[in-house]
Amino acid sequence: MLHLSTDVLIVGAGGAGMYAAVAAARSGASVILLDKSLVGRGGATVMAQMTVAAALGQQEPDHWTIHLEDTLRAGRGLCNEELSALVCEAGPKRILEMESWGTRWAREGAHIKQEMAPGHSRRRCCYVDFLNTGPAVAATLRRKLSEIPEIRRISNVTVIEILVHEGRAVGAVALDINEGELVTFQAKAVILAAGGLTKVYERNSASANMAGEAYAMALGAGAELVDMEFVQFFPIGHLAPRLVGMDPIMWDPFRYKLGGKLLNGHFEEFVDRYGGADFGKYTATRDVASYAILKEVEAGRGSPHGGAYLDFRHIAERELRAAFGPVIDRLLKNGIDLNKMPVEVGPMAHYHMGGIRVSTNMESRIKGLYAAGEAVGGANGANRLSGNAITEAFVFGERAGSSAARAVQQTSIAWNQIAVDAHAEPIRELTSRRSKNGVSPAACQTELQNLMWKMVGPFRTGDKLAAVLERIKGMRRELPNLSIGSEEPFNLDIQDWFELRAMLATAEMVVTAALARTESRGAHQREDFPDSNAALEKNQVLELSDGKLRSRWVDPIRLTAREASHV
Amino acid sequence: MSEATLKTAILRIRRGLLNEVARYRDYNVPYEEGMSVLDALRWIRANLDSTLAIRYSCINANACKTCMALVNGEVEYTCIARLTPDIITVEPLPKRPLIRDLVTDTVPDDEKL
Repeated sequence: MLHLSTDVLIVGAGGAGMYAAVAAARSGASVILLDKSLVGRGGATVMAQMTVAAALGQQEPDHWTIHLEDTLRAGRGLCNEELSALVCEAGPKRILEMESWGTRWAREGAHIKQEMAPGHSRRRCCYVDFLNTGPAVAATLRRKLSEIPEIRRISNVTVIEILVHEGRAVGAVALDINEGELVTFQAKAVILAAGGLTKVYERNSASANMAGEAYAMALGAGAELVDMEFVQFFPIGHLAPRLVGMDPIMWDPFRYKLGGKLLNGHFEEFVDRYGGADFGKYTATRDVASYAILKEVEAGRGSPHGGAYLDFRHIAERELRAAFGPVIDRLLKNGIDLNKMPVEVGPMAHYHMGGIRVSTNMESRIKGLYAAGEAVGGANGANRLSGNAITEAFVFGERAGSSAARAVQQTSIAWNQIAVDAHAEPIRELTSRRSKNGVSPAACQTELQNLMWKMVGPFRTGDKLAAVLERIKGMRRELPNLSIGSEEPFNLDIQDWFELRAMLATAEMVVTAALARTESRGAHQREDFPDSNAALEKNQVLELSDGKLRSRWVDPIRLTAREASHV
Repeated sequence: MSEATLKTAILRIRRGLLNEVARYRDYNVPYEEGMSVLDALRWIRANLDSTLAIRYSCINANACKTCMALVNGEVEYTCIARLTPDIITVEPLPKRPLIRDLVTDTVPDDEKL
């Protein structure tokens, strides 16, 4: 079995993982950066066609504390305020550092152009034209990585389990997807930067990579998770006509640049009926907009594909072309002429507010096990503001990388081959097993995705959640019987199997937490408990105890009086 | 779905390894207007044959640039190549070392294990 050693092992090479690698290396650590897809091409960052929120104050006067106020308001009382403050305070520094590394933020005259986005009280969202923010920042980071010899990048390797020895993360067991062989990594610190769980939902806006592995691995390693019930559903994901070559969430920036109208099946504006105050301003936060659209659909006033219309026909053709740029031609190729027709949009799984519970150094309760980016829970509470995800990827990535690099200076390498073998042996058995009879892991993934979308989507009820929990447990029992083909190399059945195992563990966390939160708040809407309950203005923490998932409530972390007065 | 759209696309896919004689297998995929070739490949893996090896990540956005193959003899991103209710031939990229089926070695040398 191939065995590699490093100071800092980073799992996942999207924005957070790549930033963490740069930060760890410049603090003197050696780094191995892994991605199950290709470095800088998988994950969520490369898909972000949207904006990045940071209080640069270049478009209009702004301050990070105002960004923080907006973030906390959107979080509905559940933000870990120390983490939110980190994102808002360090965000501008990271945006400017990315610029110094070559990211060409859209400019207006002498300054970076910043746009308004829903929930923000200032124009603070920067971007790269046109719809190119994610690919551009991913390219910047890939280029930066390639200049740093202390960073070893490895693609097509998927981490299966974090190795813990005497309460400390000491490395990981991974699968080489090409060869189907196990690889072990020995490290003084491990950073989980493979966040996101949208793949457990049928309707989703993210890449094939986001199967919840970071959460499942953290749980297995003994870390705590927080706020797992809060999945963000992006309200205006593209539904119809079928659109290829574009991120399904592409409409948002145009909606707030131009003011696209959100209309129900009767072509009436409706978001303001649900407390969104959206009329003409397009400022409704994501949870409110998702709720409003699905309530209209439920009342029989949806668009034909079960969503709402987004209409730009009231905007002059010239203005549309100026705002959309070349995108208008890509839309025309898809048969979409915005001057003549509305499109259909609706909620889809987009982002996970919950995640690994960490300190402000990004360290979990397992020593040496860190998280970065979307894998981190708490910074966004019950609902994330538009534009905060890439900011969080940069800020938490930098923080995790530099914290881990500092810590490894005082850490001697720990490795216990007996413990490794105990972990690796069952995995080796699975990867060598071949059985052609039965359901494939890919088919089982589809079943789970449909189940989660229908039963654990934006609206939830206790009996549906309980039924899903039973089915998830049943599916976990079926795992050993799934069909694994014998065709080699690049045997995707094996990768799918481990992905499915992580998806089931993560889905179980989401459902368990959703069942326990008997109220409606932000992105978590219980139809059987439609109001929020002040007594539940608490974070829900999950951990594994004797192999069972256990939930408990803790008070949200607030900034201290002194910090608050500074704010 | 109206009856008029109940059509089938046949994907004729080159399977196997580098040094094998080329073998093609046909898969019938329910066709819906607007589908991409990648949609059909993913449908095949979930419903007909999960052993088919393909490479993709972003699914739909044409952002990851990893899903290239020969579609009817032309190099295409399968995520934006439109499916038609006909016979569509899909083969691996000819100028890259073949790993298996539609997966070729497109991993940069300095990102290999």
